[in-house]
Formats: sequence, C-alpha cells, structure tokens
Amino acid sequence: MKLLKYIFPVLFAITIISCSSDDDDNTIDPINEVEDLLLVQEITNETHAIEIFTKSGEIAQGYNEFTIRIKDKTSQEFVENASFMWMPMMHMTEMSHSCPKSNLVKTEGKETIYTGNMVFQMPNNADEGWDITFDYTINSEEFTAVGGINVTASEKQVVTTFMGTDGVKYIIAYMEPKTPEVMVNDMTVGLYKMESMMSFPIVENYTIMLDPRMPSMGNHASPNNEDLVYNPTTNLYDGKLSLTMTGYWKLNLMLHNQEGDMLKGEMVTDENESSSLYLEIEF
Amino acid sequence: MKNIFFCFVIGILLSSNLLAQNQEIDSTNVVGLSEVIVIGKTNLKNRKQVKPLSTIDDYLEESSKVTMIKRGNYAWEAAMNNMLSERLSVTIDGMQIFGACTDKMDPITSYVDVSNLSEVKITSGQQGSENGATIGGSIDLKIQKNDFKKEEFNAGVDLGYETNSNARIISSEINYSNAKFFTNVDGIYRKSDNYSAGNDEEILFSQFEKYNISGVAGVKTGKNGALIGSVIYDKATDVGYPALPMDVSLAEALIASLSYEIDSVNAFINKWETKVYANTISHVMDDTKRPDVPIHMDMPGWSDTYGFYSKIYAKKSNHNLLFNFNGYYNKSLAEMTMYSNDPNENSMFMLTWPDVRTVYSGIYGEDAITLANNKALKFSGRFGFQHATVADEFGLNSLRIFYPDLEDTDSRFIFNLSSEFKLNIKKTSLLFNVGYGERAPSVTEAYGFYLYNSFDNYDYIGNPYLKNEKSLEFNTSINHSTSKLKIGAEASFFYISDYIIGKTDPNLTQMTIGADGVRVYTALDYATIFNTGLSARYKLIPGWTLNGFMGYSIGKDNNSNNLPLISPFSYKAAVQFKKNLFDAEINMNGAGEQKNYSNYFGENKTDAYAILNINASYNFYLNSQKVYLKTGIENLLDEYYSTFADWNNIPRMGRNFFINVSYTIR
Repeated sequence: MKLLKYIFPVLFAITIISCSSDDDDNTIDPINEVEDLLLVQEITNETHAIEIFTKSGEIAQGYNEFTIRIKDKTSQEFVENASFMWMPMMHMTEMSHSCPKSNLVKTEGKETIYTGNMVFQMPNNADEGWDITFDYTINSEEFTAVGGINVTASEKQVVTTFMGTDGVKYIIAYMEPKTPEVMVNDMTVGLYKMESMMSFPIVENYTIMLDPRMPSMGNHASPNNEDLVYNPTTNLYDGKLSLTMTGYWKLNLMLHNQEGDMLKGEMVTDENESSSLYLEIEF
Repeated sequence: MKNIFFCFVIGILLSSNLLAQNQEIDSTNVVGLSEVIVIGKTNLKNRKQVKPLSTIDDYLEESSKVTMIKRGNYAWEAAMNNMLSERLSVTIDGMQIFGACTDKMDPITSYVDVSNLSEVKITSGQQGSENGATIGGSIDLKIQKNDFKKEEFNAGVDLGYETNSNARIISSEINYSNAKFFTNVDGIYRKSDNYSAGNDEEILFSQFEKYNISGVAGVKTGKNGALIGSVIYDKATDVGYPALPMDVSLAEALIASLSYEIDSVNAFINKWETKVYANTISHVMDDTKRPDVPIHMDMPGWSDTYGFYSKIYAKKSNHNLLFNFNGYYNKSLAEMTMYSNDPNENSMFMLTWPDVRTVYSGIYGEDAITLANNKALKFSGRFGFQHATVADEFGLNSLRIFYPDLEDTDSRFIFNLSSEFKLNIKKTSLLFNVGYGERAPSVTEAYGFYLYNSFDNYDYIGNPYLKNEKSLEFNTSINHSTSKLKIGAEASFFYISDYIIGKTDPNLTQMTIGADGVRVYTALDYATIFNTGLSARYKLIPGWTLNGFMGYSIGKDNNSNNLPLISPFSYKAAVQFKKNLFDAEINMNGAGEQKNYSNYFGENKTDAYAILNINASYNFYLNSQKVYLKTGIENLLDEYYSTFADWNNIPRMGRNFFINVSYTIR
C-alpha cells in the first residue's frame, strides 16, 4: 500500500502532462494537413504559391497521387475555396501531349488541401519534359500558374501505352497495392483511352485478366487471383493479386472489351512465357 | 574435438575403481507389442549388435518393427508399421522434441548418439501412446544414467574405423557413482567421407561430420528422493544428402532436463517422477556446394520446445498402474530465401512454417491386470488437448492466399485407447489387442507452404482444416518357446480414416523449378495397412544359434491404390557362434521385388536383393584392463542395391570393412 501512495501522484502527473501536450499541438499548428506528405515543389505566380505534395516527395513515371495547397503570398494564409482546372503537358521535340488525370478537387473533410492524380506515360529526359498548368478561380477571380515538374523514370513497368486490336490507343496504370505483401492484395489499375493528344477519358466496363508470374522462378504462378473489373464508384479497375513470396513479379494482363473481344495480350502458357501486355512489381 | 578430449582427460584424472556391468541381455527383447533395444556400448558382455559404434540408426534398424528411410548416410528417419515420423511419437526420455527441418532431414534420432543412450523402447500402435498421441507407435530413446550404488568409477574409450566411407569414430565416457551422487559424461565424434555403393560407385554428397556431448548427474535428496539433471548438445556440420537437392551446413540441438523422482512414496505408489525440460534446435539447409542448381536458396528452420511430465507408477493387488500427465509448448519456424540468377533482382522470401506455436497437454493412464491362470489384461488411454496458433502475420497472410477465411488458431481434442489380452497356455502365449487412436496433423501437414518433396517431385501446401487422423487397429501374436526353439508369428491391421496424404491440385503451379506441380494435404476416406511377421530362433548345438525373420506388409488407400513407402517381403537370417569370450556371426538380409509400389508418389519397382555380412568379436585383457575388439565386413559381396526405403532409389553402401575397439579403464 505504501508503494501505491508514491505511484499514484506520479501517474497523475504523467496524465496531466500528456493531456496538456496534446492541447499544445492543436494550438501551435491547427491547419497542418500535409503531415504524412513531402513537398515536391512550389509553382508560383505573382499572387499565389501552389505547393505540390506527394507521399515520396517525388513525381515518378506512372500513377501519382497529388495533394495541393495554395497559399496567398500577401496574407501567408492558405486558400480554402479555390476551384481548379489543371493540365499536365509533355513537351516533346516534335509534339506535345497530355496524360490521363483526375479532377483536382477539395479534399473532403479538410480545410486547406486539394487532391487529384495523374498518370505519366513517360519520364522527363534531357530534351523533353512535363509541366502543369493550374487555372483556378478564387471568389470569381481567375488566376493561372504554370511550372515544370521533374517526372523520374520508374525502374519497373508501372504504366503501359498500347494499341488495341480495335485501333484505339490505351493506357493502363498500376495504382494499388502501393506496398505489395505476401498475401492476397487488393489490386487497382486505371484504364484510359487516348482519344486525342489532350484527351484521355476513363474506359468503362472492360475486363482486364490478370496472371502474375515470377520469371526467375520458372514462371511460377500464384493461385486465387481475381481479374480486374470496372468499379463504377471509383472509375477504376479492382481485382485481387496474390503474391506467394517477395521478389520480382510480372503481372501479365489481357484486355477484353464489353463484348469479350481480346484487345491486347496473350495467355501465358508453357510455350508463351509472358503476355505482351504486362505491368511489373518488385518488393 | 577439443571438448571430447577435454572430457576424456578429466575422466582419467578422476579415476578410482570401475565396474563393468555383467548381466547378459538380448540386444533385442520382444515383450508383446513393445521391444527394447539395448544400446550395448557400456555393457561389455552384450555385444550382439553388429558394431558397438554403430549410429543409433543402425541400432534401430536391428528392430524387426522399425525400418529406416534413408536420404543419405546420416539422419535416417525411423518408420514403424510402415508409418513415418508424423504418425509416430518419438521422444527422448519422455521429452517431446520436434525436428526443425521442413524436409525431414533431422529426425529426432539424429540429435542423440549411442554414447548417451542406454536403450530404445519401441512400442507398436496404440500401446505406444504413453508420451504422446500416435498412430503407428512410439520410440522412446532412454538416456544412459547410473544408479545410486556403492562407489564406482569407470571410464572408457571407443575407437572405430570403416573403410568404405573412411569413417572415423571416437567416443569416450566417464561414469561415477556413490550412494548419494552419480554422474555420467560422454562425448562422441564421427567423421565420414562419401561412401561408395557396390561396384565402387562413389555417392557424392554423402559425407557428414558430427559430435555429441552429454552429461547427466543425480543427487539423492533424503531417503527416497533424487534430483537428476541432464544436458545433451549435438552438432552436425557438412552433412550431405545425396537423395535430396540440398545439404545441411548445420544441425544443432541443445536438450536439457531436470527431474525429481521419489521411490516408494507409499504402499500404493512405487515411484513418482516429475520432469521439466527444454530443447532448442537450429537447422540450416545449404545448396552452395551443389553444382548446377537452378536457383540458390537458404532454408533455415528453428524448433523450440518446453515441456513437463509427471509420472506415477502404482500397484494395488493385481493392478499395475501408470499415470502420465504431460504438456509441452513448441514453436516451429522455417523460412526460405531464394537468390535470383539475375543479381539485380531482389531475393525471394517466404515462410515455409509460419511460426506455429503448439500447446499440448494430456493425461495417460494404464492398468495392467494380472489374472489367474496366466492371463493378463491391459488397458491404456490418453486424452489430450492441443491448441495451435500461427503467430507470424506474414505467414498467416501467406496461408490466406489458399484459405482466405483462415483463423490464426486451431484447437482439437485427441484420444488414444488400447486394450490387450494375453494368454499363456503351457509354452505358447497368445496376444490379442485392439486400439483406437487419433493424431493431429503435423506442422507441415497443417501449415506447410510450398515445401518441395523430392520423392514425388511436387511442392506441398498444408491444409489447416484437416481433421484428426483416426486409426482402428487390431494386433495378434502367437509365440511358442522351448529351451531350444523360439518361434513366433504376429500380425497387425490398421484401418486409418481421414488418412492424411498429398493430392495434386491441377489449378496450382509449382514454386520449385523443375517440380511437376503442387499437392495439397488432404484426407482420404480411409487407408489400410497390414503387417505380418514370422520369427524363429533355434539353438542348434551348444554355442551355435540360428535366427530367422521374415515380414510382409501391404498398404492401400480407399481406391485400392498402393500407399508409398510400404515394405515388400523382407527377410533376415543369421548363424551365430559363441564360445567363451569369442563371438562370430554370419547373416544375410534381403527383400523381394517391390511390386506394390506407388507410382503416384514417385516410387518405382525396386528389385529384389540379398546381402551378406560377417563379423566377429573378442574380449581380452591388456594390463588387466578390458579390451573389446569387433571387426567385420558388411555387404561382403559388394552388391549394388537399393531398398524400398531409399529416397529416390539412392544405392546403399557397398563392401565395408569395419573395426571397433573398446577400452575400459578401472
């Protein structure tokens, strides 16, 4: 009992301290909504600085999720009511083109941040590079900001552009799982059609058959995968990816349209080691 | 090596007087369904076994109930009634211990040696459930220890050499006892190169090296009590497995126990023994010395077990009672890392045993009742509860690829029952036995993940939803003995329902490069195994004895397909001569053609064979110290052969000269 007499005051003190430190956090920085993210860069014009955040602090070839914050240069406050249009553009030596993207919208339940995503088919190189144009409106006043971004090359094939047998150019981008594990992973990809150099609408209601393989293990296949099917809520394609071990996996794909016609890819068999349509992961 | 010499030197320093035990015991002693093999190293007059420095595997093979599955020249796997280790209860002095290798390269018997064992108790079927649940029977390896006797000291050295594999063996022991204290310390070291099959064909990767040291000590506490502690350390390195695609760079075990015994507790309880124990095993498979492997891999495994038992021997009028309450906790973990031939690729990792924690606790009771008119009854039963947990998240997720709703825990009850009736009519004794028993699936059978079996060339996936395997067994034997002739016949029949075995799943593709596919452990409706044996011993004229044994087995599944690893017709015959301190023996053993093989499980027809062995031994005195010399030739005719029990038909050893010398200091 004697011991408890000493312990109780100590416990009490600890409780007080821990509670009060929580309060401190809230008062010091009430609007830090980018805690888990890293700043890639700022694109500025005369009035605003547009901060671009990603999880890794980089922009890579393939699918990227962006979090954007916009700061008023004079007041140093974050703008909470901007409405955005954004346009990525690849400036090649011969031509320019855009890439698949979502809208950039205010993040639900947040004060200062806006989210959207883009799929970069190719990385920057010495002579060719990407930029993003932000056209935004704040209280009916229109602004524009443009800045170059550095899209780094991905080691593995996480995005692929191809011509289907229907003569249409498609893009498939790997999205989930971001950190694959030895388990049945929820897999998500995006499927886009290249309507023109500037327009990449989402393709609905196709099916992407999935056959993950390990080429260095005699083309070992994993069981209980599920083909990727269109999810009308997210406008993406969801499936199940089972990975029996860590290492390099080639995700062989076959694209079918609504009628069931195979537009791209081949079945993997003993004779045919891989499909011409595939994505890659390594972990 | 250092350690062994160290022990030896200490022993010599401690010297006082010595004893050589003089009682003569048959090296194999059959009583009903159980059999005791005496490891005769300390017993100078008991040299009936082939060679004193045989491996424990050789000793076990002497038993008519046991066959040894060979994957090389080391660590053979014991099978009883044509059932392998997952259907047996193999213990060391009642202690549970589980191998750490997913490919069964380290049966429990590989972690002890003849230097630290006194005998092996082999019990067939449900009579063997004293230490744990079983289907086929039990093998209990008894640690050698002294009694509290008058003050005694002895030390011994054994040396052995064998030509075929250039095997060198040295063993040494020191024993001391007085009325209040005893201790035994021993060590053994073996080193063997590749052996050659008949016709001088060298079997690559059949080498091994190992040493084993152990110590036992006991202190008397009061009039009837005694505290006994024992430690065994065993380490094998550079072990080749010619029948498998991988070798072993390290197999290491530390086995420790502490027990308290009370004799003559009261008029009812004769003896009460309680033991706590712990053992830990590390096992590292290695393929770096193999040329042309499709992909290099590391496959380490670990198994730790902590347990206890409390045993009471009691007697009330004509009832001999034995109770054994025991429990253990085992942790089995094994992993595999494969290295791609492309150095830029990440290594590939999987958990092949997902850190399975098994807790078992059970109680065993036995009542042997002596009835009038040479009749005896025996009932025994074990009731246990097992709870298994998959502790590793990575492993659980791996298994969920196959079983999406898999829970991380599994609980089951396990029953074993046996009853026996013995009847003696003049010089003939009859025995009838019926038993029912269950076993839980092994870690591999329940949770194994892409474990490659080189026997049938399939990868195996465990099945956590397997039911207990259940066996209904019938045994009968008849023995007739006169002073000249001993003749006996026995038969056993097992009807095993929910028989656990692998079945090909055509929807799965193999992981191992070059394998034919994937098999998942499933339960057959039933399988049957029938064994029968005939043995005879005849004393021809004084000094000369004839011995003979033949056996036949058949195992079928519910579709009348053959089960794998079932012995064909086999036989042994020996002529023994003994005069004073000289012994000699010529024996032949062989088997008929294996016609009832299982193609599905990778077997093919094994040809008939017969081999001839001769040996002789002599006891003499050198400066009043006893010396024992034994020499012989195994496979005299250098026959090139393999048996049904040889993994992937690797041929057995060709002609082999051996010599063993034992020197006892008093």
